[in-house]
Amino acid sequence: MLVVEGLCKAFGSTQAVDQVSFEAKPGRVLALIGENGSGKSTLLKIIAGEIKPDAGNTQVNPGDVHLVHQELLLCPHLSAAENLFLGSANGLRFSPKTLEARAQKILDELGFPEVIASRTTSDLPISQRQVIEIARAIVKNSPVILLDEPTSSLTEQDKTKFYGLVERLKRADKTVIFISHFLEEVRAVSDDCVILRDGRLVASGLLTEFTDQDIVRHMVGREVKDLFPRSERTVGEVVLKVEALTGEGAKPTDISFELRAGEVFGLAGLNGAGKTELLRTIFGLRKTLSGSVDRKCEWNSGVGFVSEERKLDGITLPLSIAENTTMPTRRGVLNSPKTVNQHGQTWIERLGIVCQAPDQPVGSLSGGNQQKVAFARLLHANCNLLILDEPTRGVDVGSKAAIYKLIDEAAQSGAAILMASSYLPELLGVCDRIGVMNRGKMVGVFEAKSTTSEELVAECVR
Amino acid sequence: MKKKPNQIIGVLIAWLLIYVFFAINKPQTFLSISNVELLLRQSTMIGIGAVGMTYVIVAGGIDLSAGSVIALSSVVGGLTFNRTQNPIMAVFVCALTGVLCGLLNGVLTSKLKAGPFIVTLGSMLAIRGIAKGLADEKTVSTGGEGWLFEFISKTKSWFVFPIGTWMWIFFLGLMAWAMIYTNFGRNVVAVGSNESAAKLCGIPVDRVKIGAYAVAGFFFGLSGLMSLSRTSLGDPTSATGDELRIIAAVVIGGASLSGGEGSVIGAAIGALIMATISMGGTQMGVANWKQEIFTGIIILAAVAIDRWRIARRQAS
Repeated sequence: MLVVEGLCKAFGSTQAVDQVSFEAKPGRVLALIGENGSGKSTLLKIIAGEIKPDAGNTQVNPGDVHLVHQELLLCPHLSAAENLFLGSANGLRFSPKTLEARAQKILDELGFPEVIASRTTSDLPISQRQVIEIARAIVKNSPVILLDEPTSSLTEQDKTKFYGLVERLKRADKTVIFISHFLEEVRAVSDDCVILRDGRLVASGLLTEFTDQDIVRHMVGREVKDLFPRSERTVGEVVLKVEALTGEGAKPTDISFELRAGEVFGLAGLNGAGKTELLRTIFGLRKTLSGSVDRKCEWNSGVGFVSEERKLDGITLPLSIAENTTMPTRRGVLNSPKTVNQHGQTWIERLGIVCQAPDQPVGSLSGGNQQKVAFARLLHANCNLLILDEPTRGVDVGSKAAIYKLIDEAAQSGAAILMASSYLPELLGVCDRIGVMNRGKMVGVFEAKSTTSEELVAECVR
Repeated sequence: MKKKPNQIIGVLIAWLLIYVFFAINKPQTFLSISNVELLLRQSTMIGIGAVGMTYVIVAGGIDLSAGSVIALSSVVGGLTFNRTQNPIMAVFVCALTGVLCGLLNGVLTSKLKAGPFIVTLGSMLAIRGIAKGLADEKTVSTGGEGWLFEFISKTKSWFVFPIGTWMWIFFLGLMAWAMIYTNFGRNVVAVGSNESAAKLCGIPVDRVKIGAYAVAGFFFGLSGLMSLSRTSLGDPTSATGDELRIIAAVVIGGASLSGGEGSVIGAAIGALIMATISMGGTQMGVANWKQEIFTGIIILAAVAIDRWRIARRQAS
């Protein structure tokens, strides 16, 4: 049994974890629920022995704990098999063949035969890399397994298999702690729950004793009404016309659609369906092979882009909030740090970005606030076409609501919005029309008002 | 992780400590104004190169061809002076040679998409070869008459320092200012900090990199001018290994070789630190090999302190 007693951890002036105590029993899955920045990841890192707590103890040997990190920790140049056995292969002799055979056997057994153990990890799609990371926990056979958002890059099909994996762990009498932002995932695998808010434990118990509303109320400490605000939008003239657009690697393939001012057009589809590739081809970050986009999509002409991978190319973590916000709108020769900071301050106030100063590095902000900076950039550039790739990925519920509000306001003021998301409730809540992508093609366009999740999912997996 | 602590202060303190150490041991020479003049004069060549190298390193690159470019421009400058007897022409040609080499490096790194280490390793060899070829594998002697040969002269000074040192100080200020107060400077930082994010923001990443290499080339060209001026020779074998001394100065000055961080002023102090060690060491009669070991330790210490500071910043 994993017992956590009175854990405390402060980073500077922020109390990340504050007097948290709970128990996790073998053969059960405990869901750790909370907004971004509520201390979930820190708590797991303390249990895994990666961070020393300021006070309290965990009564578990860190050697018995395996933590699957939120960011993938794999060596990209090694094969899938080598990554799978990284740190658990013994002895001096090394035979790639044997290792790959063993790895493949494990992957087949777990229900992921499509992951080829001999392939170089960087060549695998991100969802398969995630599978390796989770499978590593099983190879290691640790009694305590901590999963920090393991499903964030899994496809719908892989999620079902993942639930199966967790079931196996349960039957093998492992103690499992699971973090996810999605309540339906939490419900699919967990028995117990612990809800954190601002580093404190606010509720815990059997998951079945909580309704979704209860959980959200505990998480945010207030009722989240109007999560998806939707004001009256007036649709104007065509802002973007895409015709038979085809890009590299058949993503996208032959896609045509029109987008009007004041309209929010959503892109649904499984991971790998080509949503990101379509957006990046439109914005000129990927090559167009054939077909056309009727306007040059770049910042100078009023088109803004929010990247799916915030840390990779979404924002520049070491640079300041103000500088990140104004980066696409730099003009002329001279730069005035004072003006830049004033602009930064304006957007900090307007978007309610929680920070100390506009010249603070973005890397020091929480995920939700970092995303608000990426949005401030669009608003500062005064864009009339917003291209958003997973705009709420890794963002807490409170910030999600704020971002939905920003999208709605932008649409109301006449901007056109093209957004891709793998989270259907958000597409249904925010968009006017939803295009479903499947293997690079757009297989259907639906009115958000009259469609349902089921209908969209059916198109996604067809 | 609040605002970054001022790196320059740290480097400055390190330099003062080293200076004070030698001043205690050699008070009669080390505390004189002529010693300060000597120190700055001796740092000028590396220091001017370091101004340019800082831009390249902050942009996430590296330029190993610096020494070769210095040699080439001293040769080309010497040949031009011999042919035209026009010192202004020689100055112009030195700078131009540097800029052209920089443009070449910039275009090759950004278009070949090969690492700047490999690309400039190649151009380091090629440019050195060109220099030797142009000079016919000899040194180009110029006679050394006229103001062209007084840039870092011992005797001809102008308000304490020779004109070359004043040029260094001027460009130091200008380029430190430009890093913060021009959009080019900010773009250099942005590209070095996160190239993909800069690209997504519409910053012309390739042009910024080429610009940084061209700026660096300009300063290596000036460094070559100083070399020509000091020795009155265009020597194709000169400045060998200077690229490493220049990079060392930039790194001691707080730059990160992974880009995005670095300071022109810090690099200048880095150059001063190295010159102080060699000057003080020589005056105290410390063997050359010991000075080299000590300089190496200083570089490692600078990197270690930097890492430690980053780790501490991330922990809080």
